[in-house]
Amino acid sequence: MRAVDVHKTFSRLHVLRGVSLEVRQRETVCIIGASGSGKTTFLRCINHLEKIDSGLIEVNGHPIGYRKKKEKLVEDRERSIARQRTEIGFVFQRFNLFPHKTALQNVIEAPVHVRGVAKDQAIAEAETLLARVGLGDKKDAYPGKLSGGQQQRVAIARSLAMKPALMLFDEPTSALDPEVTGEVLDVMEELAHEGTTMIVVTHEMGFAKRAADRVVMMDEGVIIEEGPPEHFFEAPTHERTKAFLSKIL
Amino acid sequence: MIAAIQLSWHVIWSRIVDPDSVFAHALWATVYISVVAQIMGILLGLLAALMRMSRFWPFRFLSGLYVLVFRGTPVLVQIMFFYLVLPLPNVIDFGAFSLRSSFAAGILALGINEGAYMREIIRAGIDSIERGQTEAAKSLGMRYGLAMRRIVLPQAARVIVPPLGNEFNNMMKTSSLVSIIGVYELFADAQQGYSATFDAAYFLAVAFWYLVLTSIWSFAQAAIERKLAVSEHGDEISLRERAVAIWTEGGGMVRSGWPWRARA
Repeated sequence: MRAVDVHKTFSRLHVLRGVSLEVRQRETVCIIGASGSGKTTFLRCINHLEKIDSGLIEVNGHPIGYRKKKEKLVEDRERSIARQRTEIGFVFQRFNLFPHKTALQNVIEAPVHVRGVAKDQAIAEAETLLARVGLGDKKDAYPGKLSGGQQQRVAIARSLAMKPALMLFDEPTSALDPEVTGEVLDVMEELAHEGTTMIVVTHEMGFAKRAADRVVMMDEGVIIEEGPPEHFFEAPTHERTKAFLSKIL
Repeated sequence: MIAAIQLSWHVIWSRIVDPDSVFAHALWATVYISVVAQIMGILLGLLAALMRMSRFWPFRFLSGLYVLVFRGTPVLVQIMFFYLVLPLPNVIDFGAFSLRSSFAAGILALGINEGAYMREIIRAGIDSIERGQTEAAKSLGMRYGLAMRRIVLPQAARVIVPPLGNEFNNMMKTSSLVSIIGVYELFADAQQGYSATFDAAYFLAVAFWYLVLTSIWSFAQAAIERKLAVSEHGDEISLRERAVAIWTEGGGMVRSGWPWRARA
């Protein structure tokens, strides 16, 4: 993923003021920062849930949401954007599982109806994924019957079912009770160690320390500091990073 | 007091216990018209709702115009209009069956009128589905149409059923208006009975039959709502509980909290 000088404004609020970031394959990057710093907005720009006002975002070399028409960048057609999104998995803070479908149906929904995968094959792969996140026995449960932690794990399995090149996590544990955040973070850590390319917006510093290759701090729409977790947590350089970390840790 | 009300109870009795085939035909006509018109209303309402949400402004305009005109004029006027102004042939042949023009005009008018009201019900139902659902669908690579069809509309349907049930309830009663253009349905049958004998009992009897129809529908509505609720919550609320709820809360009207408008 490559973001170059991304700007975004919501009405009068200039939320992203020139964000540039590179994430290499198999890397796990954690983005931290205060509320309103723009980290969730930036994440949502990566899979074009939000449109950017200027700058460029590329995944695997393809510009997201726009295509090159002669020299200019023109907004892409819905069809291409949808196809780009199949390469990018997104895990939401509030899970957003489909309540009228079982866990298994949630996971097979996209492979069958977007990619055209045969239903039996999709079911087999989905069962493997659900087992991988520790919910093999819950495949026929409806989301309403699952705990928050279980729902989030199903959501992770659902995103993984499309075998994306990049996984985005938007504060995946912020809406969870403390007892169940562990089970979700464990799944994410495993993914990170297996080499999944991940960008995680989170407040869980413990997770960042254990699983991140790089930690990035955002403040007021820009990245103010980045580095490997050891450097970041032991010896932050920027004033505001120090202030933020002292409040959190 | 009862004696002062001049009613031939025997007329009412025979209408209720021993209806003849002409009457049965009229009863069937009422049901048939109501069902077809309601289905038409749902389809038109869905179309209008999707047009209302389109980025293409002519669609939004047409949708608004449709609702304005058909909510703003009396149903009776619309029925007369479709019958008198539209050049429908006397008998419309669909191959397997044929419809008289009055019948067709009546269904058309009721259906199109209903669509104008269904649009708001359907649109509100769709809006009630939180944005996160479409975002999740889009993030998985679904396009708008697919996300609508498989994710949003199935969930919106659950929200739409209570007010829709209320609409159908009204439809069965409003169908009586097509008697004015000569369709022989339940009310027209009572009118004929009255004009022949000047016995008001006919109207009382027909009121009973309307009550039977709407009560059957209330029960059916309860069953449908219960079935839909099962998949969401995995519980079974008993049919009896649902039916009682609808009875006490006025046919789903109050419970769903939808703005209720008076019929023409």
